[in-house]
Amino acid sequence: MGAESESGSGVQSVDPDDVDAADILGSAIERREDPALLTGDAEYTDDIELPGMVHMTIKRSRHAHARIENIDTSEAEAMDGVIEVFTAADIEAPGNLPTGWLLDSLEQVDHPILAEDRVRYQGDALAVVVAEERYIAHDATDRIDVDYDRLGAVTEPSEALADDAPAVHDDASGNVAFDWDIGDAEKTDAAFDDADHVVDLDLENQLLIPNAMEPRAAVAEYNPSNDELAVHMTSQNPHLHRLLMSGVIDHPEHKLQVRAPDVGGGFGSKIHHYADEALVALAAKRHERPVKWTATRTETYLTDAQGRGHDTHAEMALSDDGDILGFRVDTAANLGAYLSTFAPAVPTYLYGTLLSGQYDIPAIYCSVTGAFTNVPPVDAYRGAGRPEASFVVERMIHRAAKEVGMDPAEFRRRNFVEEFPYQTQVAVEYDSGDYEKTLDRALDLLDYDELRERQEAARAEGKYVGVGLSAYIEACGLAPSELAGELGAQAGLWESGLVRFHPSGKVTAYCGTSGHGQGHDTTYAQIVANELGVDYEDVEVVEGDTDEIPQGMGTYGSRSAAVGGSALVKSSQKLVEKAKRIAAHQLEAAPEDIEFENGDFHVAGAPDRSMHIAEIATQAYLAHDMPDDMEPGLEATSFYDPDNFVFPFGLHAAVVEVDPDTGEIDIERYVAVDDVGNQINPKIVEGQIHGGVAQGIGQALYEGAEYDDNGQLVTGSMQDYTVPKAEHIPSMETDSTCTPSPVNPLGVKGVGEAGTIAAPQAVVNAVCDALDVDQIGMPMKAERVWRAANAATDGGEH
Amino acid sequence: MTRDISLTVNGTEHELSVEPRALLISVLRDELDYTGPNVGCESSMCGACTVHLDGEAVKSCTVLAVQADGCDVTTVEGLATDGEFHPIQQGFQEEHGLQCGYCTPGMMMTATELLDRNPDPSEEEIREALEGNLCRCTGYQNIVRAVENAAEKMQQEPAVADGGGD
Amino acid sequence: MFPDEFEYERPETVDEAVDLLVDHPEAEILAGGHSLLPTMKSGLASPDLLVDIGHIDAMQGIDHADGTVSVGALTNYATVDDSPVMRENVTVFAETAHAVGDVQVRNRGTVGGNLAHADPASDLPAAALAADATMVLQGPDGERRVDADDFFLGMYATDVAEDELLTRIEFPARPEATGAYAKKPSPSSGYAMVGVAVSMTVDAGRVEDVGVAANGIMDHGVRLDPVEDALAGTNPDGETVATAATNAANDLDEMMMMDDLQASAEFRAQLLETYAERAITDAATGTGVVAAGPS
Repeated sequence: MGAESESGSGVQSVDPDDVDAADILGSAIERREDPALLTGDAEYTDDIELPGMVHMTIKRSRHAHARIENIDTSEAEAMDGVIEVFTAADIEAPGNLPTGWLLDSLEQVDHPILAEDRVRYQGDALAVVVAEERYIAHDATDRIDVDYDRLGAVTEPSEALADDAPAVHDDASGNVAFDWDIGDAEKTDAAFDDADHVVDLDLENQLLIPNAMEPRAAVAEYNPSNDELAVHMTSQNPHLHRLLMSGVIDHPEHKLQVRAPDVGGGFGSKIHHYADEALVALAAKRHERPVKWTATRTETYLTDAQGRGHDTHAEMALSDDGDILGFRVDTAANLGAYLSTFAPAVPTYLYGTLLSGQYDIPAIYCSVTGAFTNVPPVDAYRGAGRPEASFVVERMIHRAAKEVGMDPAEFRRRNFVEEFPYQTQVAVEYDSGDYEKTLDRALDLLDYDELRERQEAARAEGKYVGVGLSAYIEACGLAPSELAGELGAQAGLWESGLVRFHPSGKVTAYCGTSGHGQGHDTTYAQIVANELGVDYEDVEVVEGDTDEIPQGMGTYGSRSAAVGGSALVKSSQKLVEKAKRIAAHQLEAAPEDIEFENGDFHVAGAPDRSMHIAEIATQAYLAHDMPDDMEPGLEATSFYDPDNFVFPFGLHAAVVEVDPDTGEIDIERYVAVDDVGNQINPKIVEGQIHGGVAQGIGQALYEGAEYDDNGQLVTGSMQDYTVPKAEHIPSMETDSTCTPSPVNPLGVKGVGEAGTIAAPQAVVNAVCDALDVDQIGMPMKAERVWRAANAATDGGEH
Repeated sequence: MTRDISLTVNGTEHELSVEPRALLISVLRDELDYTGPNVGCESSMCGACTVHLDGEAVKSCTVLAVQADGCDVTTVEGLATDGEFHPIQQGFQEEHGLQCGYCTPGMMMTATELLDRNPDPSEEEIREALEGNLCRCTGYQNIVRAVENAAEKMQQEPAVADGGGD
Repeated sequence: MFPDEFEYERPETVDEAVDLLVDHPEAEILAGGHSLLPTMKSGLASPDLLVDIGHIDAMQGIDHADGTVSVGALTNYATVDDSPVMRENVTVFAETAHAVGDVQVRNRGTVGGNLAHADPASDLPAAALAADATMVLQGPDGERRVDADDFFLGMYATDVAEDELLTRIEFPARPEATGAYAKKPSPSSGYAMVGVAVSMTVDAGRVEDVGVAANGIMDHGVRLDPVEDALAGTNPDGETVATAATNAANDLDEMMMMDDLQASAEFRAQLLETYAERAITDAATGTGVVAAGPS
């Protein structure tokens, strides 16, 4: 398992039929998900059509901050085809959306599913229309008349924390949601006192809009005779949605089914519990008819939880020799109008704990103030806290290397962590790593020394070529649950996996994660087939349905392989153990004399006395000849709770040429060397890196939610917010090293977010390098770069 | 007030009565149950709804069903013939050109038109041709490879190329 | 996403269409729909009546006779882009049509719709100016011809009256001319932050005839007279072209320049010079390449 063949040419897929059973784990087999997706047979939520189904729309606030004087629904209600229009006043107990992560200083605020007398962001839900037809529901929504008394709005965290800022919540003084810190302030102050050099930067990590291609949607159906409610929805974590929704709408959890059909991407935006899906469920119960709601793209721009949104001041203390002595970070984090599901964790435990990067930094202190603002709730978006951390670290490293006059690659090498496990100054302990290996491989691919020479030569010709490095680290598979609980999580972070042999010897594996494009059906089948020694084709995988899978926590934070995959390994191992005892019994040998290899149990030293695990499955269900005290059947469930996070790492590098006349940036090369531990399916790993890098380049060059002074989103469509196109993204050269994680039985580390975490600062560092400037803000739109280039040539930037 | 129209979708003729404001994508998905093409935006940017209209790739969210009266429509459901994947479908499968799959039907419909017009496109030409189709998962690299893969297959087996698409 | 209700008429002839417009001056004309339908879906437009002219055969196609190329207003961008007649005789217009939107848009959007919509950031107005196009309008009193220079009046404003229809666009055939369009697209929408169209005839090393016009910079497509003047009669080598391009914004009032989320007026003026230089260079070398930066 592991490294790719030739860099740039990419991993070659293989047909699973051409792979020996013993080699299935680690093979780049084609995905079994694809045939349905390639033919239109996939079933996304909006594809669901149920008898008697009606359509729902949501009237949303047009203003970012206002008191609601009146909502007049009469004209809408009078329309033909309109079944009902309801507001907060019409429902007995409008639920409140809960926060799933608490901090000591957290100011909890109410988040009703329908606004009662005040709206706090453009898009806040005000009223619900239920109608016979989709078009009519939208017509009716436009005819609801709302009287607003507008209030002042604030959208930037640093503005929100200023003395004269409008109050988003009356109870949250100064718009402070929390104050949080990590590290040792005194030790860090002392490090700065002893420093030969101190560098500092003001860094903004702009708000991003996730833009999964499939808008959020839900279809709910209710059976009044048994009180069963089923919600089919765009979810990354159906069990979590079931638990939260059961509280929000006060429906018993055991009579609520949440099912994620095919889901068209999430990137975090489909983790959270929004008002909308709860309203669909309520509407289905009110009318006892199936109800469908599908967000328009405009609604996703206005209401999907956004990501990032940090204003940071960072300082680094350095010695003349180029050692990092201390690191101090102060961040104002945008939380939006309400606390979304995991919002408090993102700019704290998923951020501050990663500020040591790949470096041995003896003193770190980070303080974060969470700010309420009049933008949609801000929560996990691909990377969630870790991109923000890596951005701050790697931008500062670039700046620091320049300050002490060292090549940025050598500065990194000098400060790398070398011994593992490594205890950082910000709580976490790195499991394993070899940072020089990814650096060296990347420098090799870049032909770094030659590149630096070419850069010099280009500059002499008036061309601006730059190289940017990003040595990133991320933490995946947040664990163990006990630690998460100590840090404020209101949920465990284990995963469940059930592996069931059928009497015929076929296998179904159930996992509580919920893929939405990652290819879990394929990778989990690879894992289980390998553990059990059965054919890959004999393993079916089931995910994303609370009625089928015992329990689960879902897919986010690059956790599925590390935690869900490991749960399936544990269950498979339990089956092998039980099967071994049955084999011993039927082969008339002692269990300790039975050996297991590629699905066969045989007596040690007598290979002809053997039984295949599939035969044993049949015997386990026949139950005619079982060991004493053994129950029939062959299935096992595990709840796997890892001992620690896993820490993937790598080195990404961008080579750019900047046109100072137009501010245009040409990414000539993008090199990614990642170490995600063992790879179950290298082709899927490659795809995750590609997609992650594209989103990271999107942040560096194009993307950003922008609001006007009234809190109105001005980048509220794909015409105005750049989702990168094919021609915006360079062809990437990918390679990998393999440092297996000791934490989990698969030795995997997680890959879903690596590219997004690594890429932004690689590109920003490259552009800064090209123009020889210290700082350019993201997104590096042409005009911004043009201005920076001109300031630099005028000598203004230094 | 509705209007009677006829649409031939993947070779099957449908007579139906539609509101003038009904978008072609709405009629395909909600009336005729061709749910392969998807809706990803309302600003004619994402291309997830791309189908062929009389053989040309169009965004079916930006065509009224009444404008398509009398036309031949091909959706992703019409790409495979007799259970055999079109080369573009094979290319996407072999090169991991899709992850969540939501953009894929539209992406493939645009790609097949490109290959009709330009059987051996360069990487740059492929990227340019796909500028009206957004993908958030793949970073496009394996989509480019998928189109190259399909081009190669279609050049080797020109007979296959005539099988689907339009 | 969902347009409001409207009445729908589908005339088969220009006269029928004009009659409808006379009776319903508030009606919107539906051609390819690629400007109108997005505004209806976003709720910005809610017409009571749509006159779908898409079935008027007389407004389709490209004719070349007597030194004039006539393009039916309903001809889509892809047809213009692919037309050998257009590539040969009105190169700048074919090059520019290739730069509009994306493949799907080019398959549906019409040249008449584009010109009559007069979006300041759309591509064809500059090409119409550079190619010395004439707009042919039909109203209740018959046909009327308007030079491109008099056609574009402002943002979304043209000389077309409420009861008139743009039926075709006529161009002088210039087989000897080269043409190019250089555009800095908005990375999100693909519309022009700045786009410069150039049609140029060079004879014996001297510029005999040249049209240079720009989109995106002002509230409507504008001819860049100072650039044309600076090029006329010169040998268009690199230095001459670069110098001529520095005149691009000379006649333009910076206070009136487009200034929005995509780019400030100051930056647009800068881009205008660079893209003018690129377009003229491409035309001068006969490459006709549509240059577009990645960001």
